[in-house]
Amino acid sequence: MSGFDFLTTRFDTALGWARKFSLFHYPFVTACCGMEYMSAACAHFDLDRFGAGWTRFTPRQADMLLVVGTVSHKLAPVLRTVYEQMMEPKWVVAFGACAVSGGIYQNYAAVQGIDRIIPVDIYIPGCPPRPEMVLDGLLKLQEKIQTQGQDWRWRKKT
Amino acid sequence: MESRIQKQARPDSMLLNMGPSHPAMHGTFRIMLELDGERIVNAECEIGYLHRGFEKTCENKTYFNLLPYTDRLNYVSPQINNLGYCMTMEKMLGVGVPERAQLIRVLMGELSRVSDHLTCIAAMAMENGAFTVFLYMMKAREFLWDVIEFTTGSRMTTSYIRIGGVRADLAAGWRETVAKGVLETRRVLKDVHGLLDGNQIFLNRTRGLAAISKEDALSYGWTGPCLRSTGVLYDVRKAHPYLLYDRLQFDVPLGEYGDNFDRYMVRMKEMEQSLRLIEQVAALIPDAAPRVQAEGLEPAEAIRRGRLENPRRPVRLSPNLEGSEKDVYPQILTADAPVAVPAKEDTYTTMEGLISHFLFFMKGHGIRPPRGDVYFSVEGGNGELGYYVVSDGTDRPYRLHLRAPCFHLVSALEGLIKGRFVADVIPTFGSMNMIGGELDR
Amino acid sequence: MEKEDLIEALRARFPAEVEAYAESYGDQTLVVRREALRPLMTALKAAPFDYALLLDATCVDFLASESRLEMVYHLYSLSRNRRLRIKASLPGDNPVVDSLVGLWKNADWLEREVFDMFGVAFMGHPDLRRILMYEGFEGHPLRKSYPWRKEQPRIPLKD
Repeated sequence: MSGFDFLTTRFDTALGWARKFSLFHYPFVTACCGMEYMSAACAHFDLDRFGAGWTRFTPRQADMLLVVGTVSHKLAPVLRTVYEQMMEPKWVVAFGACAVSGGIYQNYAAVQGIDRIIPVDIYIPGCPPRPEMVLDGLLKLQEKIQTQGQDWRWRKKT
Repeated sequence: MESRIQKQARPDSMLLNMGPSHPAMHGTFRIMLELDGERIVNAECEIGYLHRGFEKTCENKTYFNLLPYTDRLNYVSPQINNLGYCMTMEKMLGVGVPERAQLIRVLMGELSRVSDHLTCIAAMAMENGAFTVFLYMMKAREFLWDVIEFTTGSRMTTSYIRIGGVRADLAAGWRETVAKGVLETRRVLKDVHGLLDGNQIFLNRTRGLAAISKEDALSYGWTGPCLRSTGVLYDVRKAHPYLLYDRLQFDVPLGEYGDNFDRYMVRMKEMEQSLRLIEQVAALIPDAAPRVQAEGLEPAEAIRRGRLENPRRPVRLSPNLEGSEKDVYPQILTADAPVAVPAKEDTYTTMEGLISHFLFFMKGHGIRPPRGDVYFSVEGGNGELGYYVVSDGTDRPYRLHLRAPCFHLVSALEGLIKGRFVADVIPTFGSMNMIGGELDR
Repeated sequence: MEKEDLIEALRARFPAEVEAYAESYGDQTLVVRREALRPLMTALKAAPFDYALLLDATCVDFLASESRLEMVYHLYSLSRNRRLRIKASLPGDNPVVDSLVGLWKNADWLEREVFDMFGVAFMGHPDLRRILMYEGFEGHPLRKSYPWRKEQPRIPLKD
């Protein structure tokens, strides 16, 4: 019935609007990009004006996993565990060249991109990315959240 | 896999794991605690979560190519790492550095040192609950990073200090930017002194806690602000002066008890001394002669014309990095030996320039120091940052080892937190300024 | 000159153990036999040499060319403001050397790192295990024989 679809799309839009402007991120900070993350989160380039200011220091209360910096093979199981501790809906942002693809570290120690471990929604390149790029990535994520179908029934992502 | 602490633990004590992904663990660091209530009975630290294979990578890259990897070691003060590496290579190659480049290096080094201490105190204060201090200090850091960005093009990992000098001259209008940065940082430091120095909560969490004696600190190989907080005067800038530090006036603040509060206070006072150095250096650097902005050829045009004749008109470079024009080269890069990238004007227009550029970058050529080994250290934000380079005569290092100051600082952590409360781990660890890139390399 | 006096005094005390003395780029280097490492270091830490700081302990891999690993120690004396480098060669088939844990406390972690990266065994070390790499990692990464890009993932990776 078309009326029902109209209602669900309106509901999807409303839910998307609510979710995108109240992102609670978990900063999985490892390396140099952490400094630019701190800059992006602080007063000069504020993350809070996009609704994403509140850092939740536990994955169980967060819905955005911000993987900042290089993930080594030693750290990979920890990242997987943290990702699995988060509840749906959740989004993952790969922040920095090392998280996107291993960056300049193509050797025995670094994972060549965190999408080998967990599914990633937004990739923010840069070494380290300027805070403006981070904000741009955040805006793209917000657009993605708004336009994607909201899973208001539990649906497991791979 | 059972860790050591699990094997040694008593059956009735609680095991608590902090990290490696933890808000107060400054990156990735794991502390496993054996607790009796809130009191720590035993502790074990596990590092290596940011081991990125720096030393192995350096064996496979040329001396010039591995410069960006050095930036990412102590990533809160990246230019000091660059400086350490470049001065080690200059010692090995026996090249001098022009005076203007030395002054610029001191300026950049001290800006990095202030950023390092700002970040350390900001993180330490935030973890103790003083969020305002964090925001204020990050604001001050932005002003300092403006100075770095206008000259080098990048806020953080710059690869600006090169073997033989620096990459480019200071940007136009640098004096105002430096003055603004110093002014804002001084304001912030004054505010933070007011917020934290007499703050009973901060004092209760840092005064008298995790005190270390001079003998213990030396036995653990501590250097830098943490060693100076125990009262031992050892600063590489005073003991083995490099660049122009013997001509500049600055004090080295010392602490007394070696506890968390002293480590905080020594860093705060060192920031003031670094600002003093920045002002002195800014006064010493002469204004560059105003560059005649003659109309120049576009590079593509110059290359095309160069096939027919030798174009004697200046070439207009892309605006990506101003300050690296050929007429500035003698002031910023040494002419002693071909250790620096040749000027782009020569590369694009003359045959010899092109060949020298090619030989600089080609595999097997470029910077090839004589066989031997060398050790050189500079004063990093955490202490003595040393590079040990072994060369076998080829264009790649045979072995490059970093003497990481915070490796030694953190090795003492287990002893310092034993017997204390869980809450004492946070200010203790925060005052040590552990930087993962340097610790794990 | 003060420098030469003390080095001469050291060589007079340990005539057989100190194999060579060199000075390159202004750095003093002593090459010693590995059996003499601990007594020599004990003497260097005490007066009058007074090398209170063990700055660094690392290793260089010469297995392919000379079948040996070379331990390199950097010491620093605060009172005399002098640095010293000590080198000791370890045969490639039996890279064992005395631990310096009793003398300087940071030798603990430094030696664990050398063990992890090069496979050198330290006699007398209380807890010799990997520090930078993880348990289950096979091989010693900084040896020349370990391939630079050989990854050993801990969890199964996608693609």
